[in-house]
Amino acid sequence: MVQARACWTNWSRASLAKPCLAMAALLMPVIATAQSADPERWQLNMGRGVTQTSQNAYDAHMLALWVCVVIGLIVFGAMAYAMFKFRKSKGAVPDTTLVHSTKLEIVWTVVPVILLVAMAFPATSKLIAMYDTRDAGMTVKITGYQWLWKYEYPGDKPGESVSFTSRLDRKSDEIRQSKVDARTANHPHYLLDVDNPLIVPTDTKIRFLITADDVIHAWWVPALGWKQDAIPGLINEGWTEIKTPGIYRGQCAELCGKDHGFMPIVVKAVPKAEFDQWLAAERAKNAPPAPAAPAEAAPVEAAPAAEAAAPATAAADQNAPEAAANAAG
Amino acid sequence: MATTHADHTAEDHAHDHKQSFVERWLFSTNHKDIGTLYLVFSFVMFIIGAAMSVAIRAELMTPGLQHLNPEQFNQMTTIHALVMIFGGVMPAFVGLANWMVPLQIGAPDMALPRMNNWSFWIMPFAFALLLMTFFMDGGAPAGGWTLYPPLSLQGGTNLSFAIFAIHMMGISSIMGAINIIATILNMRAPGIDLLKMPIFCWTWLITAFLLIAVMPVLAGAVTMLLTDKYFLTSFFNAKGGGDPVMFQHIFWFFGHPEVYIMILPAFGVVSEIIPTFSRKPLFGYQAMVYATASIAFLSFIVWAHHMFTVGMPMGGEIYFMFATMLIAIPTGVKVFNWVTTMWRGSISFESPMLWAIAFVILFTIGGFSGLMLAIVPADFQYHDTYFVVAHFHYVLVTGALFAIIAAVYYWWPKWTGRMYNETFAKFHFWWSVVFVNLLFFPQHFLGLAGMPRRIPDYNVVFADWNLISSIGAFGMFATPFIMAFVLWHSLKHGAKAEARAWEGAKGLEWTVPSPAPHHTFTTPPIIREGDLAHGDVTH
Repeated sequence: MVQARACWTNWSRASLAKPCLAMAALLMPVIATAQSADPERWQLNMGRGVTQTSQNAYDAHMLALWVCVVIGLIVFGAMAYAMFKFRKSKGAVPDTTLVHSTKLEIVWTVVPVILLVAMAFPATSKLIAMYDTRDAGMTVKITGYQWLWKYEYPGDKPGESVSFTSRLDRKSDEIRQSKVDARTANHPHYLLDVDNPLIVPTDTKIRFLITADDVIHAWWVPALGWKQDAIPGLINEGWTEIKTPGIYRGQCAELCGKDHGFMPIVVKAVPKAEFDQWLAAERAKNAPPAPAAPAEAAPVEAAPAAEAAAPATAAADQNAPEAAANAAG
Repeated sequence: MATTHADHTAEDHAHDHKQSFVERWLFSTNHKDIGTLYLVFSFVMFIIGAAMSVAIRAELMTPGLQHLNPEQFNQMTTIHALVMIFGGVMPAFVGLANWMVPLQIGAPDMALPRMNNWSFWIMPFAFALLLMTFFMDGGAPAGGWTLYPPLSLQGGTNLSFAIFAIHMMGISSIMGAINIIATILNMRAPGIDLLKMPIFCWTWLITAFLLIAVMPVLAGAVTMLLTDKYFLTSFFNAKGGGDPVMFQHIFWFFGHPEVYIMILPAFGVVSEIIPTFSRKPLFGYQAMVYATASIAFLSFIVWAHHMFTVGMPMGGEIYFMFATMLIAIPTGVKVFNWVTTMWRGSISFESPMLWAIAFVILFTIGGFSGLMLAIVPADFQYHDTYFVVAHFHYVLVTGALFAIIAAVYYWWPKWTGRMYNETFAKFHFWWSVVFVNLLFFPQHFLGLAGMPRRIPDYNVVFADWNLISSIGAFGMFATPFIMAFVLWHSLKHGAKAEARAWEGAKGLEWTVPSPAPHHTFTTPPIIREGDLAHGDVTH
């Protein structure tokens, strides 16, 4: 499977992308302006993102796009030719015998089938890779509420679990309340910034368990290459492995009520050591107010412990105090 | 009503006694009058729905919240969709079917004229119920036209009004569909075999079966919502052991065939117009019929491609991806057939043909984005973004709506006995084509750049394309009024139309005078050589 996947990826990139890129340079230079993380003004195409999954999505997208562009050029080209060549005003006489052709009909049934298989095969192998949540280094639980996200890093023992909520940053909130044109407010991350970002380590396969407390939400960071619905009563899975440290932004992608447009997602990917430090500090903050025992919490070992604990905590979260308060609004 | 037609037998009936306004329109059982009612109704609904889209695009013109609050914005998107789908596109096609199916098959009227009256007159009441929710406490439903629970259940009493309205629309659609099936299967004039029937009748016959199959499913889904909200059931409530995803499965089992309910009759219209103005029979008539039937069949087995991100098992994702991609094949056959119909024809570019050509090109663009959306790894990025919004507006506006407008321009001379001013009509066309593409094409870019749909406000980087899209929307809002002017001008000043208003037009509707007398084909017509577009069954 791995080999097949590699083979198809190579095929789609090497043999198709090159002529396609050449065509892009000739026909539509604009389509080639892909970028990796934040969206840009006048952006035309999907970004490549920062994970293998987002690269896969980008490749599947580009393959489908170019197949469509080529078919479109042929079909619309034939139409344009017919419209110029066979005009009544130019004295064209209709060929009323051209009403059926088994040969043609076979051709334009079989050729699309081949094209579809050519698209379906790599798409399927990419999908299989995207569904493989095994061998994750750690787990983060994501819960959607109206209208904020809660992130939880499960720990081995009850006290070790770290969780916090993440909602629209104060500055964006002020701008939207003020009803001004947001371009005048000088906030480049307007509606794409939060108070507490999700912090994750780079070079680690992170498994996400995604659910919701009230209505359906969807957790989507374009740079990671996927979105997954957060559904009350169900726990969905997703995973990512980020290579490059950075800040990646997204938004809730399933209509969830009045502030659906105002529950952004910010993922801050930091090097593994920095992450471990941060998590240990958070755990220390959360530790129950010292029952005399010296706080000999071993910060260095905290992270591996968290990795092992992941599945057990999947269904643990029942108590979300914010939910009741927010559902009323 | 001074008329000078040759067809006296048909005329005499019509003037037995002069009908009063109430008799003629409220108690109408005449397929032509009911067709007119449907078309006028859908025209009004298109304007109401378009007004909401203007409100939406006004809010989205610049980043920041200027005109609507987010709750109002969600009400607008929700009701815009319901009005356009159930009030605009569907009644428009039912109206066209009412007018044209009996004329095309040589029948005196629809098979069930009184039911025909009822199925129309339910509609104004259904939409009165739906639209009055704007004036209720808590406003109109705001959970999206798909009514996904649990969100839709958070609304106030508006939900029960919307559900009752949907029930009524469903009853109307089912009765309309029964009528069309009964008419087509029982009332064809001698000599019009099923495989000699005009494509428009074929597409409507298949559409009618889709309607009967799926409208009850929608009714069931919304009834379960109703009992979840008011009668303490837990069909979709996880806390009571229900499953919110089940609603989505049921809804889209209705929703996907619904997409084809809105586009198959459009295929039929275009398959009438392109041969007429290419002066050449439709290429691959039987292939067209079979392609339509295949699309209808496939539409039942692809529904979950609307739900690739709900967390289906991988096998489900793969199956729905493959099944969805299959639809490209019969749809491709149709497009290739239209192009080949034009090939070696003798093409002229009257307004109906312009709309039909625009349909083929722009609908195909919508089909391309549909194919892209079927690719699951890419769909994980596209899903619920403006890319999807662009996709379904290409198939519904430049697809279904353009075909409806093409049909009106095509059959208008038959309905009214008047031609319209081609220059005005072409202005209407070019104006629409420019602004509709300004409106919807940039939405592809917005979606690919990462802008989710159904949001009232956005980051500043999305501002530029949104502004262009809004300009397109404001331009598009002029088009129904331009069209109304063209048609009004035609009624007042239009030249008299001949029975065969278009040189290349084939089919029984062109054998009766223009305007079509109030009663036609009271005795079955004798089919002459060349009357039917597809009298020759060899293709």
